[in-house]
Amino acid sequence: METQSLIYLFVGLSFALYIAIAIWSRAGSTAEFYVAGGGVNPVVNGMATAADWMSAASFISMAGLIAFLGYDGSVYLMGWTGGYVLLALLLAPYLRKFGEFTVPDFIGTRYYSKAARVVAVICLIFISFTYIAGQMRGVGIVFSRFLDVPILWGVVIGMGIVFIYAVLGGMKGITYTQVAQYCVLIFAYMVPAFFISFMLTGNPIPALGLGSEVNDGSGMYVLKKLDLVLTDLGFAAYTDGSKSTIDVFCITMALMVGTAGLPHVIVRFFTVPKASDARKSAGWALLFIALLYVTAGPVGAFARLNFTETVNEQAYSEAPEWFTNWEANDLIAWRDKNDDGVMQYRPGDAFEGAPVFSEVGEGASGERLLENPATANDNEVYVDRDIMVLANPEIANLPGWVIALVAAGGLAAALSTAAGLLLVISSGVSHDLLKKTFRPEISEKGELLAARVAATAAIVVAGYLGVYPPGWVAQVVAFAFGLAAASLFPAIFMGIFSMRMNKEGAIAGMVSGLAFTFLYIAWFKLWEPAANVEANWLLGISPEGIGVVGMVINFAVAIGVASLTKAPPADIRKLVDNIRVPRGAEKPHMH
Amino acid sequence: MDETDNEAERLEAAKKAYWRANIRLLAVLMSVWFAVSFVAGILFRDFLDQFSIGGYPLGFWFAQQGAIYVFLALIAIYVVAMHRIERKFDLDDDDS
Repeated sequence: METQSLIYLFVGLSFALYIAIAIWSRAGSTAEFYVAGGGVNPVVNGMATAADWMSAASFISMAGLIAFLGYDGSVYLMGWTGGYVLLALLLAPYLRKFGEFTVPDFIGTRYYSKAARVVAVICLIFISFTYIAGQMRGVGIVFSRFLDVPILWGVVIGMGIVFIYAVLGGMKGITYTQVAQYCVLIFAYMVPAFFISFMLTGNPIPALGLGSEVNDGSGMYVLKKLDLVLTDLGFAAYTDGSKSTIDVFCITMALMVGTAGLPHVIVRFFTVPKASDARKSAGWALLFIALLYVTAGPVGAFARLNFTETVNEQAYSEAPEWFTNWEANDLIAWRDKNDDGVMQYRPGDAFEGAPVFSEVGEGASGERLLENPATANDNEVYVDRDIMVLANPEIANLPGWVIALVAAGGLAAALSTAAGLLLVISSGVSHDLLKKTFRPEISEKGELLAARVAATAAIVVAGYLGVYPPGWVAQVVAFAFGLAAASLFPAIFMGIFSMRMNKEGAIAGMVSGLAFTFLYIAWFKLWEPAANVEANWLLGISPEGIGVVGMVINFAVAIGVASLTKAPPADIRKLVDNIRVPRGAEKPHMH
Repeated sequence: MDETDNEAERLEAAKKAYWRANIRLLAVLMSVWFAVSFVAGILFRDFLDQFSIGGYPLGFWFAQQGAIYVFLALIAIYVVAMHRIERKFDLDDDDS
C-alpha cells in the first residue's frame, strides 16, 4: 500500500479507538469527571500520566532540540524526568491523602483562604493555556505534512476528537483514552528508533547503540564520529555545550520543579485509591516516560549524524525526496549562496529570520527562492528543529508503515496532553471558581454542566490558538515551567512539610514568586527581545531558568511573612497532621 | 490515666517517630537525586568526561542516561522503604 493511504489508515484507526473508549467510559458524576472516581489502578494511572505528560513537545520537538543542542539538550532529559522524583517523594502521596479534586482545592483548604484558591486558579489557567497552544500547533504540523489537509481542518478534526472524550468522559474518559494513546505513541517512537540504531550501530537498543561503534568498519564510537563530523564543519562538538554551567543548572532545576508543580500532572495522582498507590503510580509513570526519554537522546544524536551526512555537499538536484517535501511545507530551505548547486551545511543562520518564500519562479537548481536577506557566513541550509523526529524515518529510508505510525504517534501525544490540560482548566473554572468561591449553592448536576461548558469553551480557545498561533506562543513556553516552579510548587510543598506556614505567608510567597518570574520572562521574551543576551541576564540566568530564582524568592518571602504573622488555626494543623500519615484515606468513590 | 488516653499518646508518638523516619529517608534519597543530576551531570561533568562508559563520556552519560536510571531506582526504593516504615509504626494504608 502507498505511504499516504497507510497514514490515513493508521490515523483513522487510532481515532476510532479513542472514540470507542470515550463512549464506553462516560462520566456520570463530578467525582468521575474530575478524578475518574478515585479508583484507578496505579499502573494504569502511571501509563495515563505518561501520555498526559509526554506532549507534542516531547514526541515531536525534544529529540530535534537535542540533535541541535548536543550536551545542552540534557536540560530537557534530566529536567523532565527528575521532576517525578520530587512528585513521588514530596507531593503525590500527601495530596492523594488530602483527597479532594483539584490543586487549588488543596491550596485553598490548607491556607483557609478563598484568595489563595483564586491565586492558584489564576496560575493554573495561565500555565495550562500556554501549554495547550503548543499542543494544537503540533496537531497542525502533523496534519498539514502527513495528511495534506489544511491546518484549519486538521485542528478542527483534532478538536472534535478531544471534545468527544474530554467533554463526555471527563477524567474517566481521558484516563482510559490516554492509556491507548500511550501505547500508540511509545510504539511509534520506539520502532523507528530501533531501526535507525540497528542500521547505524548494529545494536537495536538506542540507549546502547549510542555508546557503541559505528557500523561502517571504522571502529569509531558514534559520539566520537559525530564530534569529528561536526567540528570539521565548524560546529561545536556534540558532547560539549555552549550554555554556561549556571544556566544549565538553573534551567534543569526550573524544569524539574516546574514539572512537579504542573497542575495537569499533579491531578493525575488524585485518581488512585490510596496514598501509597500515588507513590507507586509516580514510579510507574516515570518508568513509562523513561522509555521514551532514554531513547530521545540517542535519536537526536543519530538524526544529527544522518542529517549532516545526507545533506552536506549534496547536489540539490539529487536531494532526497523528504528534503523537498519538507521544503514544500516551509520547514526546510536552501539558499545557494555560492551558486554551485550543492548544499553546504555549516554553523550559523543561512539567512535572516524564518524563511519567507517568494511565490514566483524557482532557483537555478529548482529550489524555492527566498525573500530573506542572506547572511555573510557559508551556511546555506535552514532546518526547523521540529521536523527531526517526523522526518527521521524518511531520512533513514524506513518503510511507509513506519512513517504512518509516527504520524499517528505524534497526534496521540498532542491529543492526550491537550485533553489533560482541558480538564484542569474546566475543573478550575467549574469547581474552584464556581462551586467553591462564587456560587457555592450550585447543584452537582449544575457543576457537571458547568465543567462541560468550560471544557468546550477551552477547546474552542485552544483550537483558535492552534489555527492562528500568535507569534508569542513559542516564546512563552518557558512561562509554564517557570511559573509553576515559582508559584504552585513552593505553596504545596510548604503546605505539607511546614506546620507553621500560614495564609499570609503562602499568598505573599506565591504572588511575589509569580510576579518576579512573570516580569523577568515577559521583559526578555516580549518587551525587549533584543536585550535577551547573556550579558543582561541576572546572574547569567536565562528566562528559561529564572523560575528557580522565583522559587527562592517565594520560599524566602513566605517564611519571612509567616514568622511575623500568627500561626495557622488548630484545625489546619490537624489537617496537616492527617495528610502526613497514609492510614485512613477515604474509600474510593463508586464507579 | 485511663486506657484511651494511653492509646492516643501512643498514636501521637508513633506519628512523630514515623515522620522523623520519613524525613531522614527523604534527606538521603534527595541527596542522591541532587548528586546524579546536578553534581555528576552538570557541575563535575568536565571532570567526569575524561572517563567513559562504552562510547559515552561519563559526565555526558550521567546527563543524558544515567540520571534517569537512578531517578527510577530512587522512586522504587522509596516505595519499598516507606511501606516498611509505615508497617513498623502501624500507619500503613493496606486493606484490612
